[in-house]
Amino acid sequence: MNRGDRPSPSPARPYAFPEAERARLSNGLTVHVVPLRRLPVVTTLLMSDAGAECDSVATAGVASLSVDAQTEGTTERDGTALANAFEQLGGSLDTAATWAYSELSTTVAASRFEGALSLLAEATRVPSFPESDVLRLREERMAELLQQRTEPRGLADDMFASACFAAVSRYASPEGGAEQTVAAISRDDVVRHHANFVLPARSTLIVVGDVEIEHVLRHAESVLGSWSGQGDSSPDVAVAPTHAGRVVHLVTKVDSPQSELRVGHTAVGRRHPDFHAISVMNAILGGLFNSRINLNLRETHAYTYGAFSHFDWRRHGSAFETSTAVRSDVTGAAVREIFAEIDRMRNEAVSPAELSLAIDYLTGVFPIRFETTAAIADAIAMRESYGLPADYFDRYREQVAAVSADDILRVAQKHLTPDRTQVVAVGDPAIVRGELEALNVGPVYLYDATGRRTA
Amino acid sequence: MQLPIETFTLPNGLRVTVSEDHTAPIVAVNLWYHVGSANEPLDRTGFAHLFEHMLFQGSEHVAANEHFELIQRAGGTLNGSTWLERTNYYETVPSNQLALALWLEADRMARLVPAMTQEKLDTQRDVVKNERRWSVDNQPYGSWWEKLPALCFPPTHPFHHSLMGSMEHLSDATLEDVAAFFHTYYTPDNAVLSIVGDVTIDEAHRLVEEHFGSIPRGNGRPPLADMSVPSTFGEWRREVVFDDVMVPRLFLAMRAPVLGSADYYPVSVAGAVLGMGRGCRLHRELVREQQLASSVVAFTFDLAKGSDLLILDVTARPGVTGDQLEHAVGSILDSMHRDGVSDDEVERAIAVITTELTTSLQSAQSRADKLSQFATYFDDPTLVNRQVAAFERVSTADVTRVARRLFGADNRASLLYEPRGEDAHAAEGAFQEGDA
Repeated sequence: MNRGDRPSPSPARPYAFPEAERARLSNGLTVHVVPLRRLPVVTTLLMSDAGAECDSVATAGVASLSVDAQTEGTTERDGTALANAFEQLGGSLDTAATWAYSELSTTVAASRFEGALSLLAEATRVPSFPESDVLRLREERMAELLQQRTEPRGLADDMFASACFAAVSRYASPEGGAEQTVAAISRDDVVRHHANFVLPARSTLIVVGDVEIEHVLRHAESVLGSWSGQGDSSPDVAVAPTHAGRVVHLVTKVDSPQSELRVGHTAVGRRHPDFHAISVMNAILGGLFNSRINLNLRETHAYTYGAFSHFDWRRHGSAFETSTAVRSDVTGAAVREIFAEIDRMRNEAVSPAELSLAIDYLTGVFPIRFETTAAIADAIAMRESYGLPADYFDRYREQVAAVSADDILRVAQKHLTPDRTQVVAVGDPAIVRGELEALNVGPVYLYDATGRRTA
Repeated sequence: MQLPIETFTLPNGLRVTVSEDHTAPIVAVNLWYHVGSANEPLDRTGFAHLFEHMLFQGSEHVAANEHFELIQRAGGTLNGSTWLERTNYYETVPSNQLALALWLEADRMARLVPAMTQEKLDTQRDVVKNERRWSVDNQPYGSWWEKLPALCFPPTHPFHHSLMGSMEHLSDATLEDVAAFFHTYYTPDNAVLSIVGDVTIDEAHRLVEEHFGSIPRGNGRPPLADMSVPSTFGEWRREVVFDDVMVPRLFLAMRAPVLGSADYYPVSVAGAVLGMGRGCRLHRELVREQQLASSVVAFTFDLAKGSDLLILDVTARPGVTGDQLEHAVGSILDSMHRDGVSDDEVERAIAVITTELTTSLQSAQSRADKLSQFATYFDDPTLVNRQVAAFERVSTADVTRVARRLFGADNRASLLYEPRGEDAHAAEGAFQEGDA
């Protein structure tokens, strides 16, 4: 073959998302087991509908603190002993609170699965929430928030959340809460959150790896079958934009050599029927390396190391967000280019080459997304948390492949809304304020590093 | 658990490792060039990394950024990275697209220079400068990446200077530098190729021959400067940096045996006893009991020549001074140096390390990267199958022995970040607010 000829692919081998066996324990807890004979490892994940959306606005951060505090001891052993017990098995008890759910998870050698599930069940059923440890975790979160005052990416993310979502919305502050709300959290809040939301009826156990279904169900019944409890219904999550029109929010970071930028607005929730079309549209706009925004800002203008857009999906209302960090003296120019790319997406159809690149990427990369037991468990948790259909992953590629250029134009016009886009810049006002004002995007509000408006 | 491993070498010196795994229709391609920032001339710091960017700017039959486009269109993922001793390039693709990934890697190994232009170099130089601002200059504590190696290695040592390089040296880089670096280091006999996943050894052999077989061997690489350094610092050296940060953070480095040496394993276990997982000493004592720190971690650079570094990274709680933090970390090292470690601690550390090793091999690309690492540094990719056993053989006595040798006050380099004056005031105020 000629050196310049690109090799063509051989026939593709089929791939299917690994099949799960679903079952229910005697107490109503749903269990998904995915037997996978690759490496002798197992991921165990217990998710509960107890994510940050369950927080009240005034005590934002409880869900996150509560799931972290589950590792700080049980009625059977203290926090150090619990950590040691997990780590003697080679695992660690990982915790997280996303918007939609909280989770405990661990990955261990298959031979140690039983021990790991027993410990995970113990931390779920009978956590003791020692007062001193809950307060210590709260102070660690306060320390993290304090450190963020000089960290441009975190500052930009937090300002973007409050610039998009009105203060009545839980989405206006980060999953882990803000300084004022975290400071107000007590041990009682943590205990109440756990009792109200981490319950068998709101939870799903997901086990992926080198296991036998019967064995998993038998052991799960023995360590989780007697878990019980009645709780609350989830609070309503208000979703309202902060500003009716465009506003530029400039957060002061003196002497900053770069401006950290966020450009975007509120968007529809994850279960919206346009999801697949929006995904393909965003891949072309700013999702891929060869997307319009990255090629423009990085490869054409060399303003940045990278520029990307994404939809930060949530159940009740998402955020569309473009993120980049650009040299300070091109801050205004970079914002102008981002707006121009959003406008172009809304004004003209994408080319066949762009469309096929995005679809071929999203459908082709599908099996690569699920190489590890943890990735498969996370995918199932995502699907369950949004209440997506059981065949969601089986149909994903055909739904993406069906997206047309017309669909993309339609969803761009509907779901990208430049007239209410918020611009956040974390940078040096002495250099960038004039540039941002000259853009005439909207009024320029000035803030200090704690998010207080100063002008 | 043992990975199947087959190796062959082309007449031009390219060493190839193949590990079959047909559980999913994907395949990982991973190419290591045995060149990193250690090989840069001292007036071209940052060049190895800038050069990595240039490798995505096309080659004779590939346009700028087309490498990205072709792989993503094929449904694959890709990237490259630069380290002190090596540079790697990698793709994971659906297995029916293996030929494309190999063709792309071969085209730039064989025929990069015709595609290089001044404009592309100027653009990537600016992109890299933005990367430096993003990761170093505009990040709290971001300069540790260059300050810690500078503190730990003497000025003429190849590991002394920053991988990201200086803005001035990046500005000085020319197209001639690109061509010279390419001809010296980007040759098949200075590279290792690993292919992992849904491919047979015969098919891999055929495709590698077809795409890489005709690339000529290089003329040999210039020797590195002397890498050897004493096995300990012989002192406790300190540097304090006043920076735009809210709380102190300490990077404490110890010289450590290089990757692959006999004592690498007990030292790694000692590092895990100190700073891996929540049952480790630093977490138990500094985070949980004394509440002086909010996060702790220990890690090594995994350097294969000269000396490795075992680094403790400890962030203070608000209100704790840098002196308090450094003193507390020093005391923990002192007691381990004096009294050694317990059986329970060693058992926990080995369990955590070996589980992580096995778990990390789940992805075809990380398996391929490990194979390339062992093939590049030790000419033996099968070492990947002996790592778990090497860690399991480590005894409590081994760990106590290396702690006595390396954890004393004569083998420490502290890089301590402290808030600048006005920031320290803000931190104090906020701490009180938080408590109230």
